Amino acid sequence: MRIPKTALIGVPILLLLPLLVRFLFPAAEKYYLHLLIQILIWSFIYTGWSLMGRFGLTSLGHGAFTGIGAYVMVLLWNYAGVTPWIGIPVAVVVSVVVALLVGYPCFHLRIIGHYFALLTLALTEFVRLCIVGLRDYTGGSLGTQPRRFGDGISLYALQFEPDRVLSYYIALALWAVGLYIWWRVDRGMERYALDAASQDEDAASSVGINVTREKLKITAISAAMCAVGGAIYAQYQMYIGPETIAGLGVSLNIVFAVIAGGMWVMLGPTVGAVFTQVLSEGLRVTIQGSTTLQSVFGQGALALDTMIYGLLLILFIIYMPKGILGTLLERREKKRDRVAAVQRAQAAPSP
Amino acid sequence: MDCQLDIFFLEAVLNGLLLAGLLALLALGLNLIFGVIDVVWICYAELVMVGMYGIFYAHKGGAPFLLAAAVGVVLIALAGMVLHHFVIRPVLDSAPINQLLVTGGVLFVLQAAATMAFGIEFRNIGIRLGSYNVLDMSFSYARIVTFAVAIGAMVLLWAFLQRTYIGIAIRAIAQDRQIMPLMGVDQRRVYLVTSAIGGGLAGLAAALMVLQFDIYPQIGLQFGPLIFMICVLGGLGNMIGGFVAAFIISEFIAVGGSCFATEWGYAIAFLFFMMVIFIRPQGLFGGKS
Repeated sequence: MRIPKTALIGVPILLLLPLLVRFLFPAAEKYYLHLLIQILIWSFIYTGWSLMGRFGLTSLGHGAFTGIGAYVMVLLWNYAGVTPWIGIPVAVVVSVVVALLVGYPCFHLRIIGHYFALLTLALTEFVRLCIVGLRDYTGGSLGTQPRRFGDGISLYALQFEPDRVLSYYIALALWAVGLYIWWRVDRGMERYALDAASQDEDAASSVGINVTREKLKITAISAAMCAVGGAIYAQYQMYIGPETIAGLGVSLNIVFAVIAGGMWVMLGPTVGAVFTQVLSEGLRVTIQGSTTLQSVFGQGALALDTMIYGLLLILFIIYMPKGILGTLLERREKKRDRVAAVQRAQAAPSP
Repeated sequence: MDCQLDIFFLEAVLNGLLLAGLLALLALGLNLIFGVIDVVWICYAELVMVGMYGIFYAHKGGAPFLLAAAVGVVLIALAGMVLHHFVIRPVLDSAPINQLLVTGGVLFVLQAAATMAFGIEFRNIGIRLGSYNVLDMSFSYARIVTFAVAIGAMVLLWAFLQRTYIGIAIRAIAQDRQIMPLMGVDQRRVYLVTSAIGGGLAGLAAALMVLQFDIYPQIGLQFGPLIFMICVLGGLGNMIGGFVAAFIISEFIAVGGSCFATEWGYAIAFLFFMMVIFIRPQGLFGGKS
């Protein structure tokens, strides 16, 4: 297999990034690592969503899967003492079962477009309401914390939060697995089947594609990834709340980040995560550093990032539906084609 | 849990009916827009929220409530036209899901703008209408008024769609998007008028809701999912279906909420909704899908 040039440069940089951060920002090492870890974990979740999104299965229900992932694992650990090594697989199974239960009728009855989006939206709300309703166990809307095991770093309890460098490598590994899954899907026959189905379901099934089964497969993978992402996020944050890891807000954030980054390219969701995290952190720091902005907006200043998100989401969908990375790559491709055409013209014997 | 067939159960059922009026009104605007323009305004409940703030501040600024309410209706009708012109029109020809997501962006913007402008505190307009007591049951007048106005608005809209030229044009466009421009109907104008009516209905709902609920920037998230659920359950674009679905859903919420806890009322409603869609994907009364 030929290794692309970007990977040859990118992988060592990513592996050495903690050293680089320590060298460049010794005073704020923890903060920058925190930012990187957030980006990597969310990138994994976004990549999971994009597996469905790229085939026209626009789900507003993935907040349900991250929520199930996080809550099932934490509740098993807090109340039954089940290690996350078992808890996460259980959470993944629960989440995949829910995904299949909702997905099967959807795909079988060909619920697509608006209806699919609104139905999955109902699923998100249902899961969030269940979490709030079971407040005796889940802490209701205040959220809850995984019980700390020893000093907070433990292989058995899969806790690693106090050691930021270790957390970084765990998040990096998770992210790499996400990209690998994306790559496998992209190279598989399923991709062509699903591409065909997203264009025309009748035509696709007429050439022997079992559309329902292919869609269910991709949904299961996507839901499983989001459940794992939610669980790891809970372990890193050491806190889960119905609004931070489940619910409509999370679902919409996922969709926005992926659209911003680019839904159809491998690193699109990652670019989306970098973009959204840097944007919201940058704004937060700017606002906290500026007394004028604080006095103008008061408490509401922190909503500025949501405002800009929203505006950008509108602009992206109208003017740049392929996202940042998708548009850049497309532009590069076009340029390359033009250069190649010129070269061909020059190479051709002049009459 | 106390789910007996006593007077409190009856009270819950009747309160559910009163809630249904409001929800039906909210669903009506969304259904009208979907039926005619074929777009789902995910930010519909946020428009209502903005209307509530508008009415709150107009009333605070000294306007009597009815005037403030009128200001709210006009304001949100204008907002609906602005939304259509600047956000919906550019994406009219792209994939349906993009149209839905673009209004998702508007949802973020409106919510954040409200947070920045008005803060995160809960505000109450401070108008108390008292309540009507019969036997051991109590019904707030705010809810009764809401119900009556909502039903009245629906009848008016129905008459408008049946009797006026533009109303008939709206219904015609909803039936056949391609042929109507050939019949000399200005599609862009019909869309704009529809958006204004949809916005106006949201403004009216806002005027009724300030009497019952505290105002805060996230209130849209509480009602939004419910409204979509009702619209889909009744068949997107089917106004009568939405009306009936509003009653079904609000009974689930009211009765479920009184038997268990409030969230469970909602959770049961959402579960019921998903079940129905699996059996009848086009909604309970949907013909067109």
